[in-house]
Amino acid sequence: MQTITLNGLTKVYGKEKIPAVNEVSFSVDQGELFGLIGPDGAGKTSIFRMLTTVLLPDGGGATVNGFDVVKDYRQIRSSVGYMPGKFSLYPDLSIEENLSFFATVFNTTIEENYHLIRDIYVQIEPFKKRRAGKLSGGMKQKLALCCALIHKPTVLFLDEPTTGVDPVSRKEFWEMLKRLKAQNITIVVSTPYMDEAALCDRIALMQDGKILSIDTPANIVSAYPDQLFAVKADRMYALLSAVARYDNTINSYAFGEYAHVSLPAALGQEAAGAALKNWLAQTGLEALEVFPTEPTIEDCFIKLTMDHLASAKN
Amino acid sequence: MENHKNGRGEEVSIRADKLTKQYGDFIAANAISFEVYKGEIFGFLGANGAGKTTAMRMLCGLSTPSSGSATIAGFDVYKETEEIKKNIGYMSQKFSLYEDLTILENIRFYGGIYGLSRGELREKSAALIARLGLQGEANKLVASLPLGWKQKLAFSVAVLHQPRIVFLDEPTGGVDPVTRRQFWDLIYQAADQGVTIFVTTHYMDEAEYCNRISIMVDGSIAALDTPHRLKQQFGVASMDEVFYQLAREAKRADG
Repeated sequence: MQTITLNGLTKVYGKEKIPAVNEVSFSVDQGELFGLIGPDGAGKTSIFRMLTTVLLPDGGGATVNGFDVVKDYRQIRSSVGYMPGKFSLYPDLSIEENLSFFATVFNTTIEENYHLIRDIYVQIEPFKKRRAGKLSGGMKQKLALCCALIHKPTVLFLDEPTTGVDPVSRKEFWEMLKRLKAQNITIVVSTPYMDEAALCDRIALMQDGKILSIDTPANIVSAYPDQLFAVKADRMYALLSAVARYDNTINSYAFGEYAHVSLPAALGQEAAGAALKNWLAQTGLEALEVFPTEPTIEDCFIKLTMDHLASAKN
Repeated sequence: MENHKNGRGEEVSIRADKLTKQYGDFIAANAISFEVYKGEIFGFLGANGAGKTTAMRMLCGLSTPSSGSATIAGFDVYKETEEIKKNIGYMSQKFSLYEDLTILENIRFYGGIYGLSRGELREKSAALIARLGLQGEANKLVASLPLGWKQKLAFSVAVLHQPRIVFLDEPTGGVDPVTRRQFWDLIYQAADQGVTIFVTTHYMDEAEYCNRISIMVDGSIAALDTPHRLKQQFGVASMDEVFYQLAREAKRADG
């Protein structure tokens, strides 16, 4: 069953009518953990705001739980939870007061749905008398998630919940999401971190208001068309400029301690790698390592972005 | 500059010795010691609340240490804070440029604060705008620029007065992988010209781009070495795992 559908959804801003969301269509199944992956300005937040009925679309339409985002906004508001990217709780209320405020607004009580938030709430409960404005980033994030869950929503919208959060807290947050998914809550989450994409059931890679690709992380990776090599040498900066000059290079960029270089699949893996290594050795680089590597979501995103930029130019 | 060299002849840009900051009975930074060399890209990592910001504020001359000592470009963090500020650049993800000034106005404003002459300003702003390819946008408000461009511009403005050291506090949050790499090209360029780079980040692949990195846990430096040796030391394949092993032991409730 489809919980969320978008059909040509469009949002434009300003006098120039620049599209922030450009005829976007996709659907999310019930109980799915769906990721909107893309940089700042890709249109993720505008999509969230339209689906949660706080922003009106300029074209196309969308439904959540079968309700129309324009006509049936009341039904949608009572059945979804929304955690905006910007901290939006009351800084002058305590943890406890914020939570009971949101429960009351939705005609429920903390006790009634405590089972949903227990795992998360126990971590901040020792500080429940502390004002929300005085909390650390990680604690604010946990409180915001509790407040978004307290009315037992069927769909949860999380806009960049892990931006600016350290890798350990990010990992914990994704474990919380997995437990919520197990309770059959549909979750739409956005993130600029490509490594988090692999944790979603399906992802949409976005740029400039458009979807570049939409599929399971495994399928997106297996659709990568080129041959990818990891390369290392004694001098990283010199290596990066050398691989960029190589005739057969499609894309090349730093990737952790290696440079990633994509070469045409038609060259054949072994021959392509040997030729690259040979060529690099002639430029005077030493301690060369060249080996084939599996593309990650980040590699796929870079490939799609480069193609997108090239087609925008033409 | 003789006294700025260490035993191995490397020129030291930043030297911290048991640097400590205490708020009441809370020790935000606990006797941290390290050296950063000229032209080095030094990654300063740690979980939220580990004490990175506290340490950075002391190193920039914005906060007086409780004890310990440190010199920045040879200047003392207790007595020579104004000299420190003249010799460093600073850029953060949260605050960098004035959104309601144009690109040119921002460049002139920061250049003016750092004491560049009119002639220098004219020359440097033209060169900077040309280098970033922003000729068409020079008179547009910074607010209208995409985030990636803002970050590149903010970095270029932070090094406009040719500081010896530049502090970057999570400079690349929220941008796409391609733009993030373009930003790192600017960092490499500056380091290549001898500017010392002190950078915090939550992206562990970016930690790999640093010459050396330190990882703070609960106010102390728990590890400091090249990314390669740290991975060897912990017997893991990625910096992500090194970080995870160290930071999950943290006692502070992401404070």
